[in-house]
Amino acid sequence: MIVQLCEIAQVRSGDKGDCSDISLFAQNKEMFEVFKVEITAEKVFEHFKPMAAGPVQRFEMENVLALKFLIDGALAGGASQSLRSDNLGKCFGSNLLRMKIDVPDHILQGAKCFRYPHS
Amino acid sequence: MKSVRIGASVGFWGDIFTSAVDVARYGDVKYICGDSLAELTMAILQKAKNKNPKDGYTKDVFPLMTSLLPICKEKGIKIISNCGGINPLGAMEAVKGIAKKLGLSDLKIAVVEGDNILDRLKEFGDKGYLGDIGAEHGGLWDKVLFANVYLGGKEIAKALSTGADIVITGRTTDSGQFLGPAMYELGWQEDDWDKIAQGIVLGHLMECSGQATGGNFSGEWWKVDKLGNLGYPVSEIYENGEFIFSKPRNTGGMVSVDTVKEQLLYEIHDPTCYLTPDGIVDFSTVKLENVGTDQVKVSGATGKPKPPTLKAILGYTAGFVGEGSITYSWPDALPKARKAEEILRQRIDMQGINYEEIHSEYIGLNSIHGPLAPEPEYETNEVMLRVAVRTSSKDEAAKIGREFPALALNGPPHASGLGGMHSIRELIGQKTALIPREEIEPLVKISVEEV
Repeated sequence: MIVQLCEIAQVRSGDKGDCSDISLFAQNKEMFEVFKVEITAEKVFEHFKPMAAGPVQRFEMENVLALKFLIDGALAGGASQSLRSDNLGKCFGSNLLRMKIDVPDHILQGAKCFRYPHS
Repeated sequence: MKSVRIGASVGFWGDIFTSAVDVARYGDVKYICGDSLAELTMAILQKAKNKNPKDGYTKDVFPLMTSLLPICKEKGIKIISNCGGINPLGAMEAVKGIAKKLGLSDLKIAVVEGDNILDRLKEFGDKGYLGDIGAEHGGLWDKVLFANVYLGGKEIAKALSTGADIVITGRTTDSGQFLGPAMYELGWQEDDWDKIAQGIVLGHLMECSGQATGGNFSGEWWKVDKLGNLGYPVSEIYENGEFIFSKPRNTGGMVSVDTVKEQLLYEIHDPTCYLTPDGIVDFSTVKLENVGTDQVKVSGATGKPKPPTLKAILGYTAGFVGEGSITYSWPDALPKARKAEEILRQRIDMQGINYEEIHSEYIGLNSIHGPLAPEPEYETNEVMLRVAVRTSSKDEAAKIGREFPALALNGPPHASGLGGMHSIRELIGQKTALIPREEIEPLVKISVEEV
């Protein structure tokens, strides 16, 4: 099933100079294996192309089932130069959650949903 | 096995104090440590010191120490802080004053100096340590506001060995505030690389205060309880480097593998090679386990020898930002705001405002996610237009704000909420350089005074 990352993934982001630093967390090992295939550095670069020069580096953190992305040239010159409201890139992580990927149904069943449960 | 309990006070200059008080009161800690220095803080402090030589440390030292000193004195808790900024000795004088005011005595304060290299830039430039920093920016030398190297936890450990109750430093690393007491209490050697690595991970998890105990949690955030009374980190770290990460009883927030892992990877860049002055850490071997309510066991970090150089940050004036904002209401809020931007840009051209960069965004639509934010599928109730320019002079930056008030009368209808017009912000550029340790470490000075 096609699912938007905001439904299933935890994320936190920050900065260093002009580089956005995003950690994306899967809920379990099976989901992490899907993330590794579906969320490549190339795909993340493509996702952020309208606002980042790149390149994108990816690190696999098996110990906490996370992918870390370093996106160069992403912060309009860095916090000390940027005119953006989000000059520190704190919300680059939530922007990554807009991405949609294909996850097998059985992995989604029983997974937590990270969207606010509107009644 | 020998262990020590360490708590967190503040994660930045501007943090709240009530959580630090809870840590001191209920955390059963021997140390309470905090990080007050973001990179840009140093620029603010240097300017303050230029105006008044007694200034140059973070002002939260007053409310923080006023709240903490009486509790810490009573319980024998030691306080560690890099609130000294550009003027650690000034911060010490301030703390002495606070102690006297509170009627406290018999307190030993140690101050670590040696991180400030502003006076040595010419020397370091001549020696080739600063690379092309001078050349690249023609007049950069005149524009440098501050220059500091990062000292680490081992300097703090040395300061503690003087018997100090309070340690004040300038630019020491965030993680060093916590690693220092662990090294000192547990008798770690500077080259116990795996233990040092665990101590750095401890510091990294604790230095952003509430961010590891349920604050800024991206999982089921609505289930995190009592964030208004958020418990800040408290850890018990053992001689072998393992530690239990937790928070004081009866405080809000949540400590679990899910909250801790977000902070574990936060802003560390290459997770297999996190560089600090105390050692290089591989975070990929760290193991997190839930071992009780609000308790996470952290183990397994691996370390490599510390780098031969220390990182220096040079901050320089890099222009000014002027901005303004105006809010348009339903109906047709977005088309109105877009028309206002068009008018504003025309005015900027007509006035000949000399800017280096201009940026506009619509708050409520795309100010955070930029071009990745989709057009809304519904009609928005209101939209705020924000326009910012970067200029080389303060006067030029001020010009843009002046164009906003007239928009409310001369532009599309139904505008309100004018804002930002008078806030001119100075931009601080930053350059990093690597300085050989032997240039810095022999000159690190630890002085001790008593109240």
